Amino acid sequence: MGGLAHFLEDEGLATTQISLIRPQTENTKPPRALWVPFEMGRPMGPPNDPAFQTKVLRAALALLERDDGPVLLEDFPDDAPNVTDAAGAENGEGWFCPINLPPPPADLEAGGGFKAAMEAEIGGLTTWYDTALRERGRTTVGISGMTIAEAKDFVCAFLDGETPDNPRDDVVLGQCLKFAVEDLKAFYREAAGAQPGQNSGKEMNDWFYGATAAGKAMYALRPIAFGLTKELDDSFMGTFANLLLIPASQKYRIEKQEA
Amino acid sequence: MVRLADLDEPERSHLGTIPCPDFKTQPWVNGPPLQQRRVAMISTAALQHRDDQPFLLGTGSYRVIADDTPDKDLVMGHVSTNFDRSGFEQDLNVVLPRDRLHEMAAAGEIASVGKYHYAFMGSTDPIAMEEDARTLAGHLKADGVDSVFLLPV
Repeated sequence: MGGLAHFLEDEGLATTQISLIRPQTENTKPPRALWVPFEMGRPMGPPNDPAFQTKVLRAALALLERDDGPVLLEDFPDDAPNVTDAAGAENGEGWFCPINLPPPPADLEAGGGFKAAMEAEIGGLTTWYDTALRERGRTTVGISGMTIAEAKDFVCAFLDGETPDNPRDDVVLGQCLKFAVEDLKAFYREAAGAQPGQNSGKEMNDWFYGATAAGKAMYALRPIAFGLTKELDDSFMGTFANLLLIPASQKYRIEKQEA
Repeated sequence: MVRLADLDEPERSHLGTIPCPDFKTQPWVNGPPLQQRRVAMISTAALQHRDDQPFLLGTGSYRVIADDTPDKDLVMGHVSTNFDRSGFEQDLNVVLPRDRLHEMAAAGEIASVGKYHYAFMGSTDPIAMEEDARTLAGHLKADGVDSVFLLPV
């Protein structure tokens, strides 16, 4: 981000930016930056809070009127409201998924186990996904170009030991799998977030990776994708398995499984 | 609230020590009062139209987002899984605050909003973005934009 600011400012455009990782901004030294204490992925703070977002925007744009740079790196004074902090989480406060999903079968790894479990989950989530779609007027599902049923079948084919054909000609199979996985994740999150209440990204991830069959499927998919890297000569598949499938903050579950 | 110190290892150390280019110059552009500025936004959330060419790992290309693009036309093609997407899923303004920017323009706090905004994909070496970023500067100036608000994810 700071690099873009350097290039644009060098071309004669004034820039100001949000900083999410302060040490990076300190190193890159863009002309003007406002560091915010929000979680990554939320540079403007919580969703559906226009007053708070406006406060952030005004603070960032105000740096454009300062004449005491370069370099300006200011700290936004307020934490994001209505997001559970670590102490609250330990006390059982915070967001929880309001949808009761069917319990996954004991042996998901058995042939077709993930597919059956995910079909049941998607069946239970669909009415909430549709509710979110109506209320928001949009869905972010769609990067794969597949329907959710198609994305689920595509991912489950890998889980069942198959190597499906790449349905796209603009990306390698590994990236196509990445897109299908991201659409599944987005579908689950949009459904789970349909009802009122603020969730943090961590709370949503804890639910998806810890309490759903689809989340457990991500862990099962990891060694399969690793195995296909050499077989298919698809380096993206290895990067996907290593870095782009499971968030670093959720990888402790792998260590638990391996322990 | 999430600060780097709140993250677990190894994520904390990784994010805190990502190599950054050492820029030898320190450009700085002054401008008129904020009320006279035309502002556009650049996001590194890899926002794209549903039918755009997907972002590819390691490339520094950008996608154009016309200011009047309906929210429902935009998806996120970012490769990283290490940032929250649920905020974006619930409200596009979390990553691209178009509504907020237009409210400031309507209130006279800025002069106007650029006709186009742009998206890159973060997790990319900034040097790979340089050529496209400098090209983009010409497009922004042609639209009368004098100030740019940059948003990472």
